[in-house]
Amino acid sequence: MIVNWFRYASPVSFYPLAGRLARGFGALAAVFAAIGLWIGLVAAPTDATQGDAYRIIFIHVPAAWMAMIVYVAMALWSAVALGLNARLSAMMAQALAPTGALMAALALWSGAFWGRPTWGTYWAWDARMTSTLILLFLYLGVIALRQAIDDPRRADRACAVLALVGVVNVPIIYFSVQWWNTLHQGSSISLTAAPKMAMLMLAGLLVMTAAAWCYCIAASLTRVRAIIVERERGSGWVASLIDIGTSP
Amino acid sequence: MTSFFEMGGYAWYVWMAYGAVAAAVVAETFALRRRGHRALATARMMREAGGDADMDAIDSGGAR
Repeated sequence: MIVNWFRYASPVSFYPLAGRLARGFGALAAVFAAIGLWIGLVAAPTDATQGDAYRIIFIHVPAAWMAMIVYVAMALWSAVALGLNARLSAMMAQALAPTGALMAALALWSGAFWGRPTWGTYWAWDARMTSTLILLFLYLGVIALRQAIDDPRRADRACAVLALVGVVNVPIIYFSVQWWNTLHQGSSISLTAAPKMAMLMLAGLLVMTAAAWCYCIAASLTRVRAIIVERERGSGWVASLIDIGTSP
Repeated sequence: MTSFFEMGGYAWYVWMAYGAVAAAVVAETFALRRRGHRALATARMMREAGGDADMDAIDSGGAR
Protein backbone atom coordinates (compact mmCIF):
# COMPACT_ATOMS: atom_id res chain seq x y z
CA MET A 1 0.00 0.00 0.00
CA ILE A 2 1.36 3.38 -0.94
CA VAL A 3 0.98 6.01 1.73
CA ASN A 4 1.15 9.61 0.69
CA TRP A 5 2.86 11.12 3.72
CA PHE A 6 2.46 14.68 2.46
CA ARG A 7 -1.26 14.18 3.02
CA TYR A 8 -0.54 14.52 6.75
CA ALA A 9 1.15 17.89 6.27
CA SER A 10 -2.39 19.28 6.04
CA PRO A 11 -4.22 19.98 9.33
CA VAL A 12 -7.41 18.46 7.85
CA SER A 13 -5.93 14.98 7.52
CA PHE A 14 -3.59 15.30 10.47
CA TYR A 15 -6.36 16.14 12.97
CA PRO A 16 -7.97 12.66 13.14
CA LEU A 17 -4.58 10.92 12.88
CA ALA A 18 -3.27 12.97 15.83
CA GLY A 19 -6.33 11.93 17.84
CA ARG A 20 -5.72 8.22 17.24
CA LEU A 21 -1.98 8.54 17.93
CA ALA A 22 -2.59 10.58 21.12
CA ARG A 23 -4.92 7.90 22.49
CA GLY A 24 -2.43 5.13 21.64
CA PHE A 25 0.57 6.90 23.15
CA GLY A 26 -1.48 7.92 26.19
CA ALA A 27 -2.42 4.29 26.86
CA LEU A 28 1.20 3.21 26.35
CA ALA A 29 2.37 5.93 28.77
CA ALA A 30 -0.04 4.64 31.44
CA VAL A 31 1.15 1.05 31.01
CA PHE A 32 4.85 1.99 31.06
CA ALA A 33 4.33 4.29 34.07
CA ALA A 34 2.55 1.54 36.02
CA ILE A 35 5.37 -0.95 35.34
CA GLY A 36 8.10 1.66 35.87
CA LEU A 37 6.65 2.92 39.15
CA TRP A 38 6.33 -0.61 40.44
CA ILE A 39 9.98 -1.33 39.57
CA GLY A 40 11.19 2.04 40.86
CA LEU A 41 9.27 2.27 44.11
CA VAL A 42 8.76 -1.38 45.06
CA ALA A 43 10.96 -3.88 43.22
CA ALA A 44 14.26 -1.98 43.01
CA PRO A 45 16.32 -2.38 46.20
CA THR A 46 17.40 0.49 48.46
CA ASP A 47 20.66 2.14 47.35
CA ALA A 48 23.66 1.38 49.56
CA THR A 49 24.82 5.00 49.92
CA GLN A 50 21.76 7.18 49.17
CA GLY A 51 19.09 5.05 50.81
CA ASP A 52 15.60 5.41 49.34
CA ALA A 53 16.23 9.04 48.32
CA TYR A 54 17.79 7.72 45.11
CA ARG A 55 14.32 6.62 43.92
CA ILE A 56 13.78 10.19 42.72
CA ILE A 57 16.05 9.20 39.80
CA PHE A 58 13.13 7.37 38.15
CA ILE A 59 11.28 10.63 37.56
CA HIS A 60 14.12 13.18 37.64
CA VAL A 61 16.21 11.71 34.82
CA PRO A 62 13.30 11.02 32.41
CA ALA A 63 11.94 14.55 33.02
CA ALA A 64 15.38 16.11 32.41
CA TRP A 65 15.89 14.08 29.24
CA MET A 66 12.44 14.98 27.91
CA ALA A 67 13.01 18.67 28.68
CA MET A 68 15.99 18.60 26.32
CA ILE A 69 14.48 16.27 23.71
CA VAL A 70 11.22 18.24 23.50
CA TYR A 71 13.24 21.45 23.03
CA VAL A 72 15.20 19.89 20.15
CA ALA A 73 11.93 18.66 18.62
CA MET A 74 10.43 22.14 19.00
CA ALA A 75 13.50 23.66 17.31
CA LEU A 76 13.31 21.13 14.45
CA TRP A 77 9.60 21.84 13.81
CA SER A 78 10.43 25.56 14.01
CA ALA A 79 13.15 25.12 11.37
CA VAL A 80 10.71 23.30 9.07
CA ALA A 81 8.07 25.98 9.72
CA LEU A 82 10.53 28.76 8.84
CA GLY A 83 12.09 26.98 5.87
CA LEU A 84 8.95 25.65 4.21
CA ASN A 85 6.48 28.17 5.63
CA ALA A 86 4.45 25.16 6.79
CA ARG A 87 1.71 26.09 9.23
CA LEU A 88 1.19 22.62 10.72
CA SER A 89 4.91 22.48 11.63
CA ALA A 90 4.55 25.81 13.42
CA MET A 91 1.52 24.43 15.26
CA MET A 92 3.57 21.40 16.33
CA ALA A 93 6.29 23.69 17.68
CA GLN A 94 3.61 25.69 19.50
CA ALA A 95 2.12 22.50 20.97
CA LEU A 96 5.46 21.23 22.29
CA ALA A 97 6.45 24.31 24.29
CA PRO A 98 4.15 23.94 27.35
CA THR A 99 4.90 20.22 27.77
CA GLY A 100 8.64 20.93 27.46
CA ALA A 101 8.36 23.70 30.03
CA LEU A 102 6.56 21.31 32.37
CA MET A 103 9.32 18.70 31.95
CA ALA A 104 12.02 21.30 32.68
CA ALA A 105 10.14 22.50 35.78
CA LEU A 106 9.69 18.91 37.01
CA ALA A 107 13.38 18.13 36.42
CA LEU A 108 14.36 21.18 38.50
CA TRP A 109 11.79 20.47 41.20
CA SER A 110 12.60 16.76 41.59
CA GLY A 111 16.32 17.63 41.41
CA ALA A 112 15.92 20.05 44.32
CA PHE A 113 14.26 17.36 46.43
CA TRP A 114 17.01 14.93 45.50
CA GLY A 115 19.77 17.46 46.09
CA ARG A 116 18.72 18.33 49.62
CA PRO A 117 19.21 14.84 51.18
CA THR A 118 22.27 13.96 49.06
CA TRP A 119 24.18 17.28 48.71
CA GLY A 120 22.68 19.16 51.65
CA THR A 121 21.06 21.87 49.49
CA TYR A 122 17.92 22.32 47.41
CA TRP A 123 19.68 24.59 44.96
CA ALA A 124 23.17 25.55 43.86
CA TRP A 125 24.26 27.76 40.96
CA ASP A 126 25.94 24.78 39.42
CA ALA A 127 26.47 24.60 35.65
CA ARG A 128 23.91 21.91 34.95
CA MET A 129 21.22 23.34 37.22
CA THR A 130 21.73 26.87 35.92
CA SER A 131 21.63 25.78 32.26
CA THR A 132 18.47 23.75 32.93
CA LEU A 133 16.91 26.81 34.58
CA ILE A 134 17.80 28.79 31.42
CA LEU A 135 16.06 26.04 29.39
CA LEU A 136 12.89 26.61 31.45
CA PHE A 137 13.18 30.38 30.85
CA LEU A 138 13.62 29.75 27.10
CA TYR A 139 10.41 27.70 27.06
CA LEU A 140 8.59 30.41 29.02
CA GLY A 141 10.05 33.03 26.65
CA VAL A 142 8.73 31.18 23.58
CA ILE A 143 5.27 30.86 25.19
CA ALA A 144 5.21 34.53 26.30
CA LEU A 145 6.39 35.74 22.89
CA ARG A 146 3.50 33.94 21.21
CA GLN A 147 1.03 35.49 23.67
CA ALA A 148 2.46 38.93 22.85
CA ILE A 149 1.87 38.73 19.08
CA ASP A 150 -1.71 38.79 17.82
CA ASP A 151 -1.13 37.55 14.28
CA PRO A 152 -0.51 33.76 14.56
CA ARG A 153 1.66 33.60 11.41
CA ARG A 154 3.93 36.41 12.66
CA ALA A 155 4.05 34.72 16.08
CA ASP A 156 5.07 31.46 14.34
CA ARG A 157 8.09 33.12 12.75
CA ALA A 158 9.18 35.04 15.86
CA CYS A 159 8.86 31.96 18.09
CA ALA A 160 10.70 29.82 15.53
CA VAL A 161 13.67 32.20 15.54
CA LEU A 162 13.77 32.28 19.35
CA ALA A 163 13.48 28.47 19.55
CA LEU A 164 16.33 28.04 17.05
CA VAL A 165 18.62 30.54 18.82
CA GLY A 166 17.91 28.86 22.17
CA VAL A 167 18.79 25.36 20.95
CA VAL A 168 22.46 26.22 21.60
CA ASN A 169 21.63 25.73 25.29
CA VAL A 170 20.85 22.02 24.87
CA PRO A 171 24.45 20.81 24.25
CA ILE A 172 25.56 23.16 27.04
CA ILE A 173 23.23 21.32 29.46
CA TYR A 174 24.28 17.94 28.14
CA PHE A 175 28.03 18.52 28.37
CA SER A 176 27.95 20.81 31.42
CA VAL A 177 29.02 17.99 33.77
CA GLN A 178 32.12 17.42 31.61
CA TRP A 179 32.99 21.03 30.76
CA TRP A 180 32.78 22.40 34.28
CA ASN A 181 33.43 21.12 37.77
CA THR A 182 29.88 20.66 38.88
CA LEU A 183 28.10 19.51 41.99
CA HIS A 184 25.78 17.52 39.73
CA GLN A 185 26.99 13.97 39.29
CA GLY A 186 27.43 12.38 35.89
CA SER A 187 25.49 9.22 36.63
CA SER A 188 23.96 7.77 39.75
CA ILE A 189 23.65 4.22 38.50
CA SER A 190 26.62 2.23 39.67
CA LEU A 191 27.42 -0.51 37.18
CA THR A 192 30.00 -1.92 39.57
CA ALA A 193 27.35 -2.86 42.13
CA ALA A 194 25.70 -6.27 42.25
CA PRO A 195 24.51 -6.93 38.66
CA LYS A 196 20.91 -7.74 39.53
CA MET A 197 20.49 -4.50 41.47
CA ALA A 198 21.99 -2.36 38.71
CA MET A 199 19.87 -4.20 36.16
CA LEU A 200 16.63 -3.52 38.06
CA MET A 201 17.47 0.16 38.55
CA LEU A 202 18.42 0.52 34.90
CA ALA A 203 15.25 -1.32 33.83
CA GLY A 204 13.13 1.01 35.97
CA LEU A 205 14.84 4.05 34.53
CA LEU A 206 14.39 2.86 30.94
CA VAL A 207 10.71 1.97 31.42
CA MET A 208 10.02 5.34 33.09
CA THR A 209 11.83 7.06 30.21
CA ALA A 210 9.59 5.21 27.75
CA ALA A 211 6.57 6.39 29.77
CA ALA A 212 7.83 9.99 29.64
CA TRP A 213 8.35 9.78 25.86
CA CYS A 214 4.83 8.41 25.31
CA TYR A 215 3.30 10.97 27.68
CA CYS A 216 5.02 13.93 25.95
CA ILE A 217 3.95 12.67 22.51
CA ALA A 218 0.35 12.14 23.67
CA ALA A 219 0.16 15.55 25.41
CA SER A 220 1.66 17.41 22.42
CA LEU A 221 -0.63 15.70 19.92
CA THR A 222 -3.68 16.44 22.08
CA ARG A 223 -2.61 20.08 22.33
CA VAL A 224 -1.94 20.38 18.60
CA ARG A 225 -5.50 19.20 17.92
CA ALA A 226 -6.88 22.01 20.08
CA ILE A 227 -4.51 24.49 18.38
CA ILE A 228 -5.65 23.32 14.93
CA VAL A 229 -9.31 23.95 15.85
CA GLU A 230 -8.47 27.32 17.46
CA ARG A 231 -6.53 28.53 14.43
CA GLU A 232 -8.57 26.95 11.62
CA ARG A 233 -12.05 27.53 13.02
CA GLY A 234 -12.90 29.85 10.17
CA SER A 235 -12.37 27.09 7.61
CA GLY A 236 -14.96 24.76 6.17
CA TRP A 237 -13.52 21.52 7.43
CA VAL A 238 -13.70 22.61 11.07
CA ALA A 239 -17.34 23.53 10.48
CA SER A 240 -18.03 20.03 9.15
CA LEU A 241 -16.27 18.67 12.23
CA ILE A 242 -18.76 20.57 14.37
CA ASP A 243 -21.67 19.33 12.28
CA ILE A 244 -20.67 15.75 12.94
CA GLY A 245 -20.65 16.75 16.59
CA THR A 246 -17.68 14.61 17.48
CA SER A 247 -13.94 15.00 17.72
CA PRO A 248 -12.64 11.81 16.08
CA MET B 1 3.04 -0.85 54.05
CA THR B 2 3.98 1.92 56.48
CA SER B 3 7.65 1.36 55.72
CA PHE B 4 6.87 1.84 52.01
CA PHE B 5 5.49 5.34 52.68
CA GLU B 6 8.35 6.16 55.05
CA MET B 7 10.88 5.58 52.25
CA GLY B 8 13.66 4.86 54.71
CA GLY B 9 13.30 8.29 56.33
CA TYR B 10 13.31 10.16 52.97
CA ALA B 11 9.51 10.33 52.69
CA TRP B 12 9.39 14.17 52.44
CA TYR B 13 11.85 14.29 49.53
CA VAL B 14 10.61 11.26 47.61
CA TRP B 15 6.89 12.06 47.88
CA MET B 16 7.34 15.79 47.21
CA ALA B 17 9.13 14.86 43.96
CA TYR B 18 6.68 12.12 42.93
CA GLY B 19 3.67 14.14 44.09
CA ALA B 20 4.64 17.10 41.91
CA VAL B 21 4.97 14.84 38.86
CA ALA B 22 1.59 13.22 39.56
CA ALA B 23 -0.07 16.62 40.09
CA ALA B 24 1.51 18.01 36.92
CA VAL B 25 0.42 15.07 34.76
CA VAL B 26 -3.16 15.18 36.10
CA ALA B 27 -3.34 18.99 35.74
CA GLU B 28 -2.00 18.98 32.17
CA THR B 29 -4.31 16.15 31.13
CA PHE B 30 -7.37 18.01 32.44
CA ALA B 31 -6.21 21.34 31.00
CA LEU B 32 -5.70 19.74 27.58
CA ARG B 33 -9.11 18.10 27.62
CA ARG B 34 -10.74 21.41 28.56
CA ARG B 35 -8.81 23.31 25.89
CA GLY B 36 -9.90 20.84 23.21
CA HIS B 37 -13.55 21.04 24.24
CA ARG B 38 -13.41 24.81 24.53
CA ALA B 39 -11.83 25.16 21.07
CA LEU B 40 -14.66 23.14 19.51
CA ALA B 41 -17.30 24.99 21.55
CA THR B 42 -15.93 28.39 20.45
CA ALA B 43 -15.88 27.29 16.82
CA ARG B 44 -19.48 26.10 17.18
CA MET B 45 -20.54 29.37 18.81
CA MET B 46 -18.89 31.40 16.05
CA ARG B 47 -20.69 29.32 13.47
CA GLU B 48 -24.08 29.74 15.14
CA ALA B 49 -23.54 33.47 15.76
CA GLY B 50 -22.73 34.08 12.09
CA GLY B 51 -22.22 37.50 10.58
CA ASP B 52 -18.50 38.12 10.27
CA ALA B 53 -16.09 37.28 7.48
CA ASP B 54 -15.07 34.01 9.09
CA MET B 55 -18.69 32.91 9.11
CA ASP B 56 -18.92 33.33 5.35
CA ALA B 57 -16.00 31.00 4.95
CA ILE B 58 -17.65 28.46 7.25
CA ASP B 59 -21.02 28.69 5.52
CA SER B 60 -19.61 28.23 2.04
CA GLY B 61 -17.39 25.35 3.05
CA GLY B 62 -19.54 23.62 5.64
CA ALA B 63 -21.08 20.20 5.22
CA ARG B 64 -24.65 21.46 5.33
